[in-house]
Amino acid sequence: MRHLMSPLDLSVEELEKLLNLANDIEHNPDKYAHVCDGKRIATLFYEPSTRTRLSFEAAMMNLGGKVLGFSSAASSSAAKGESVADTIRMASCYADIAAMRHPKEGAPLVASMASRIPVINAGDGGHQHPTQTLTDLLTIRSLKGRLDHLVIGLCGDLKFGRTVHSLIEALSRYEGVEFILISPEELRVPDYILEELRAKGIKYKEVVRLEEALPDLDLLYMTRVQKERFFNEEDYVRMKDFYILDKAKMELAGPEMLVLHPLPRVNEISVEVDNDPRAVYFQQVQYGVYVRMALIVTLLELEV
Amino acid sequence: MLNVGALNEGFVLDHIAAGKSMTIYRDLGLNKLDCTVAIIKNARSNKMGKKDIIKVECPIENLNLDILGFIDHNITVNIIKDAKIVAKKELHLPKQIVNVIQCKNPRCITSIEQGLDQIFVLTDEENEIYRCKYCEEKYHDSSKRKKK
Repeated sequence: MRHLMSPLDLSVEELEKLLNLANDIEHNPDKYAHVCDGKRIATLFYEPSTRTRLSFEAAMMNLGGKVLGFSSAASSSAAKGESVADTIRMASCYADIAAMRHPKEGAPLVASMASRIPVINAGDGGHQHPTQTLTDLLTIRSLKGRLDHLVIGLCGDLKFGRTVHSLIEALSRYEGVEFILISPEELRVPDYILEELRAKGIKYKEVVRLEEALPDLDLLYMTRVQKERFFNEEDYVRMKDFYILDKAKMELAGPEMLVLHPLPRVNEISVEVDNDPRAVYFQQVQYGVYVRMALIVTLLELEV
Repeated sequence: MLNVGALNEGFVLDHIAAGKSMTIYRDLGLNKLDCTVAIIKNARSNKMGKKDIIKVECPIENLNLDILGFIDHNITVNIIKDAKIVAKKELHLPKQIVNVIQCKNPRCITSIEQGLDQIFVLTDEENEIYRCKYCEEKYHDSSKRKKK
């Protein structure tokens, strides 16, 4: 039995197999409509996360399975002081697979150590969010046709953004990738990640202005600059306005450059960009369902 | 210098940094053993100025000394049998440390679930980096002595 705690739990070969399966699901949904008949997923969400929870539930329902679970700690027995290990032991009796979101880092790992069913980390604090990374990788590979030899721009909060850190780690395993890290001075990528890039001999550049990077990019991964990270309002307003991707900035980019965003978007991508064919962040949401379907099928070791 | 009698069978832990012996006494679980333990504090040392020494009289298989590699590489471990030093144990960094150090990350699951084992894993041997098994936060300990 396998669990998924981090995107790096999967080797490059396993990941390729998973992404191939996700693409097959995308193109032949009928073939997979009943592979999970009689199976259940428990979505154990100790903090609200509408998008991820609905994505897991949609994925299981698309496969013919059923869903059960809770969507906040207040509505679970955690409110009565039950441990994560006991909760998963209980869920193991009701379901065949579980997806867990928890504000505390490492909680899904604790669950996996006590579980009789596969556990998927659906986000643990600022630590890992592997299914977001798998979603990003599937989107890139499906729309670009490859994961290697890409120039990837990451823009916004690169310091605290776990999706950015995981994506850099995951893409670092492919040949010929280059990163352009676009952030204000205060929100630069942590040193330990830059050290890893240097150690692997991966090219990267840190820039402050988005306009400077845009012409060179194959891919722009936008993130939200979060207000709560700043000590004063003035800095926040300056940064927030700095990274609004609008029609004028999109003109600086090449015709093939794709724009991704883990969502929710606030104002960092102007709504006028939504109709640009290069804006693929809503397609990304759809790929999130396919990759979760593929993950459920894989972890349940189902033959199709 | 204070004289403590020779051992028949057991260990002598020498060259412990002065003042560290009680920490090691606890970390090795010597308080739980029903055997003779001598702790010598602030002994004179040509090399260190002052040092601590622990002598433990017990069958040599009774103690797991791996944790000493984490606490301090410079400690000398003499293994005694029939009142003679039969071997000097070389200290290595243990691959995993259980319930000796605690994760200080307030976002870690161990901060709210007290019943969990505190497990740290050696992730970078060269730089002696241990990370919490659960949240992967790096362990910092400024009191440790550098490797010789």
